[in-house]
Amino acid sequence: MKSTKFTLMMLAVASLFVYSRCGSGGGNGAGAIGNSSAAEKVYVAPGELDEYYEFFSGGFSGQVTVHGLPSGRLLKTIPVFSVDGEKGYGFNEETKPLLMTTFGFVPWDDSHHPKLSQTNGEHDGKYLFINGNNTPRIARIDLTTFETTEIIQIPNSAGSHASPYPTQNTEYLVAATRFSVPIPQKDVTIDSYKEDFKGTFTFISGGQEPGKMDIAFQIVAPGYDYDLAHSGKGVSHGWTFFTSYNVEQANTLKEKNASQRDKDYIAAVNWKKAEEYLAQGKFHEWPAEYYHNYYNDKTHSATATKMNGVKVLIPSECPGLVYYLPTPKSPHGVDVNPTGEFIVASGKLSADLTVHSFKKMLAAIEEEKFDEVIDGIPVLNFDAVLAGTVSSGGLGPLHTEFDGRGNGYTSFFISSEVVKWNLETFEVVDRIPSYYSIGHLSIPGGGSMKPWENGKYLIAMNKITKDRYLPTGPELAHSAQLYDISGDKMELLLDFPTMGEPHYAQGILASKIIEQQVKFFPLEENEHEHKTLTETETKVVRNGNEVHIYATMIRSHFAPDNIEGIKVGDKVFWHVTNLEQDWDVPHGLAVMGAQNAELLIMPGQTETLVWEPLSEGIFPFYCSDFCSALHQEMQGYVRVSAKGSDTKLKWGLGDEIFEE
Amino acid sequence: MKLKGSIFLGILIALFMSACGGGSGEKESKGKFAPPPVAKPLTFEEAQADWKNQKGLGPITHVELGELDPELAKKGSEIYVLKCTACHAPEVEKLGPAPVGVLNRRTPEWVMNMILNPEEMAMKDPIGRGLLMKYNTVMANQGLTQEDARAVLEYFRTL
Repeated sequence: MKSTKFTLMMLAVASLFVYSRCGSGGGNGAGAIGNSSAAEKVYVAPGELDEYYEFFSGGFSGQVTVHGLPSGRLLKTIPVFSVDGEKGYGFNEETKPLLMTTFGFVPWDDSHHPKLSQTNGEHDGKYLFINGNNTPRIARIDLTTFETTEIIQIPNSAGSHASPYPTQNTEYLVAATRFSVPIPQKDVTIDSYKEDFKGTFTFISGGQEPGKMDIAFQIVAPGYDYDLAHSGKGVSHGWTFFTSYNVEQANTLKEKNASQRDKDYIAAVNWKKAEEYLAQGKFHEWPAEYYHNYYNDKTHSATATKMNGVKVLIPSECPGLVYYLPTPKSPHGVDVNPTGEFIVASGKLSADLTVHSFKKMLAAIEEEKFDEVIDGIPVLNFDAVLAGTVSSGGLGPLHTEFDGRGNGYTSFFISSEVVKWNLETFEVVDRIPSYYSIGHLSIPGGGSMKPWENGKYLIAMNKITKDRYLPTGPELAHSAQLYDISGDKMELLLDFPTMGEPHYAQGILASKIIEQQVKFFPLEENEHEHKTLTETETKVVRNGNEVHIYATMIRSHFAPDNIEGIKVGDKVFWHVTNLEQDWDVPHGLAVMGAQNAELLIMPGQTETLVWEPLSEGIFPFYCSDFCSALHQEMQGYVRVSAKGSDTKLKWGLGDEIFEE
Repeated sequence: MKLKGSIFLGILIALFMSACGGGSGEKESKGKFAPPPVAKPLTFEEAQADWKNQKGLGPITHVELGELDPELAKKGSEIYVLKCTACHAPEVEKLGPAPVGVLNRRTPEWVMNMILNPEEMAMKDPIGRGLLMKYNTVMANQGLTQEDARAVLEYFRTL
């Protein structure tokens, strides 16, 4: 009976398959990627590659995940702000410095907005930047290695949400305080908010030069909650826009108290003007400690450098530096269309979108159409800067991205939908549900001046999953949805789960970065302080209670693989070099009882594991990444003797035995 | 019942193929690690006996060995120390065979192809496959360029 049912089911599936494969107007294909079914549009056959890389923030996982589009397949998790036992990130000695801050070693963060580096307003495929929201930081991921290579801490900040949103040529990355705090920090009562709390806008230079990220300058602003940002492009290149809420300056029950006024502000910052003021010396030098951490792919090691001091600009001393654009209903996202003319604000308690005109903003500044001035910041007249309003029919707009055909696509959290609207008429032209409660959305290239393929796919990142997948207890993976937006009507193609809470994602045409991929690190270029390039150089060295093991690994053995003379109370440093010179042959090192994680060492790389054995005995170690047919044989032993015993250091491989 | 189901499914698939006017599924799997061919042209022993005609599989089809070039051999020795000695001692068997005298049992082309293309050699070349059985491991591809491999070959001539 069961088999009959099965057969019938197969029949149904097969006929569907036949129909969609061969039918001329196949499936429910409303989109324009050929006349094929949704299944065909996302099917990437075994051995074939996806068209796009899509980089998702891992949200409260602190990481970045890389998916392929249109399949939605997870390609990699890149550890960024959180330690990751899988890769030994933040556990091995080489990457620990990346997570150093003035608060000490911080092993977690809340990663929010992945943004690709830009040249001439287009994604150049070199780097991905992402902000840590909790302990304000920005990280750089190198897109030749897909590794985190730099992290800079943002001083004078708290809740770094409006970040990193690079400028047109990645001249600057930006950040702002979502939580205003006393700046510089001091011990005050919380109800002194209105007097003591301030916000800052931070501009970080060095985005296009690895190892050179630095705080270029900060601007002190009234103590509102600065929420999101976008740097201008094209006509508005030279400006960066930040939304705010809580202009009420409430310090408690913000849910109610920060939603009293009809309008909050978008801060328009003229960073070219800031450069002029800096050149004129109109800045203050404030003490401010922060860390700049950099990982070098030659030394395979990171360094953490404590910096001190920032240049600060005060708007009341710098006319023309910052303007406020009144914007209704606690705006969340602020997005700039590909030409740079429209500044689209999503008042998250509203049904409508507010679209400001950059051209009108410049005219209003010229004609001094100011309603008032707050701490030296002129508030421009709302009607003077408004380009128009999109009456959406939806509720709770959050974010907008653009295709290359004159349309905006806005996510609506409360009404769970994507609304497509025309940038000339401001009229809604299409809408489609999301499942459920969409936050950010992403069109590959849709935040740049040149959306890839004029906008082919749209990804919705949804906050609520409920019944979309097999239930997995109280916690469910957040759902993403892929839509075909190439035609007049949007079409839902695919659901796929994501990691943490993907606040945002950016995509790039795969062909832009495939060729630059590093496949292994040449041994000749290894500059690690404790590298071991040949087995003849392997050794074990004691220095007081520190023992340094200089080891190598290759399919399928460690050298040395027998080590004696370690004692309880020793601090053992395993400096292990992977001698492989082939793609996709990492080796792992796992030591019984080690209180950190494995090492996962890429070909040609050296990494260091610290191990402090607490008891005597024989401790096995092994390769944790299945590397060859004899992977199970890739193992060794360490003898640990009692503290104070006279066991001599002895190490070797096969017949080659050495003693101290 | 189960068998019937399978047959039925088979018919359906056949139907599908014909409905579409011939399958488009003849595309070969792209993977490098395709299963080895069923028919072996030569056994390990036969191929070893015929070693002078065995050039292996890979990018090298012809090598002209001129007079020994000591400079090139020196460069080859350096590459060998860095990339090969974890498994191959020059004169004695370590994990893989020692290269001493290798040109008395292998052609220069075979040696270079083995260095440059070890995965395919282990799967498809009769000698490479025999060596896999003997040493229980596929030799690591150490990412040498053709120039590097030629230099290492020159070094082998000095052993």
